[in-house]
Amino acid sequence: MEYHLSLPLKEEERLKLKVGDKVFLTGEVYGMRDQAHKRIVELIKKRESIPIELSNSCIFYVGPTEPKPGEKVGSIGPTTSGRMDPFTPMLISYGVRVIIGKGRRSKDVIEAIRKHKALYLVAPGGISAYLRRFVSEIKMIAFEDLGPEAIYSLKLKDFPTFVSIDTGGNSL
Amino acid sequence: MRTLDTITITDHIEKLCKEINYKLDEKVLSLIEESARRESSIIGREVFSQMFTSYKIAKEDKTPLCQDTGIVSVFLDIGQEILLKGIPIEEAVNIGVRRAYTSSFFRSSIVKDPIGKRENTMDNTPCVIHTKFTTGEKIKISILVKGFGSENATTLKMFPPTATKSDIEEFLLEVIKEKGPNACPPLFIGIGIGGTADYALKLSKEALLELQPMDEWESYLLNRVNNLCIGPAGLGGDITAIYVKTKTFPTHIAGLPVAININCHILRIGSVII
Repeated sequence: MEYHLSLPLKEEERLKLKVGDKVFLTGEVYGMRDQAHKRIVELIKKRESIPIELSNSCIFYVGPTEPKPGEKVGSIGPTTSGRMDPFTPMLISYGVRVIIGKGRRSKDVIEAIRKHKALYLVAPGGISAYLRRFVSEIKMIAFEDLGPEAIYSLKLKDFPTFVSIDTGGNSL
Repeated sequence: MRTLDTITITDHIEKLCKEINYKLDEKVLSLIEESARRESSIIGREVFSQMFTSYKIAKEDKTPLCQDTGIVSVFLDIGQEILLKGIPIEEAVNIGVRRAYTSSFFRSSIVKDPIGKRENTMDNTPCVIHTKFTTGEKIKISILVKGFGSENATTLKMFPPTATKSDIEEFLLEVIKEKGPNACPPLFIGIGIGGTADYALKLSKEALLELQPMDEWESYLLNRVNNLCIGPAGLGGDITAIYVKTKTFPTHIAGLPVAININCHILRIGSVII
């Protein structure tokens, strides 16, 4: 099946998506990867405030290239999700409901996805020149000192993904 | 004796780094096209079509093929009849990398201290340089730009000397099964066999620089990898890998090092002889 959906996704929208479905996403997502995950989780553990709102949010594992002068976005594509596995169950329990990345997830992540009726979507790696066409805007919103590993806000427009782990914890 | 100013190397490195981040090598592209024709799954065909669209856009718009514009490995085959003058050769190479990455808005992905603060150098240097001496008075520069999604999948195993080809086959399948989906399939696989541990790893990288035709065993290995059905983007399908190449070197009586280098579908290679 093929779906065109706007973020944030409602629970009933997430529930109807099944492994292998093609999903075109529109809306705002957080772009963040390794070091930003580590920091967010450390802040949560220390009961300190975090710079982003996690409730019903979508995280895209990404570290984009800089835009060329006169352009809004550089090359954008998913990075390997597995490296975020140690941090993901906590972030899901704090409200993340949709994740975009590439590659395998751990058992703990699959269990957290099932428990909280979240979704794991994948986009193929190595096609960033194509994927950038579906991102209309990108801006750095936190942890500026991390450079390409900072937290970004990205506006997606019909961004193509496939469901890799659905709300039932079924995976490809 | 021929004299060469190392700044010439800088210029070539800069040009190659730019080019291979936008444009796939012709041999790489034709190998991918050949494989795509054998893909029968719907999702797999869809992924291949996205891949080809992306390659075309990257080339036309001069946009990086991947947001991970990689770590640069440079292989220099230096003819021993040449006299190099000017700045030290390693510096010349790094200046070329720096110029390419900062002027093209490629991502700076290199951090200074791997176990400390991991502060970004912001110009994608230093690169990794391998030198070798050859006869003659020419220099061959080969470059490999590789993202870490696939570099993290690199695996080394020190087999006992009594191990067989089929032990290596099983090891390859195990590694691809475990790490292949994360490395942006369909894959190019280089296998280094022999030498020492470090040398086998180097051979596994060199194995993917030339793209010579596969021999019988390599074709057989490719078939077995494809039977894993990991498929393009790891979403299932017939084509998990596009190409397998082995490179061997004599080794010690007591061992058999085997290194597996997994590269994503955008194998970013380029070379020039000066």
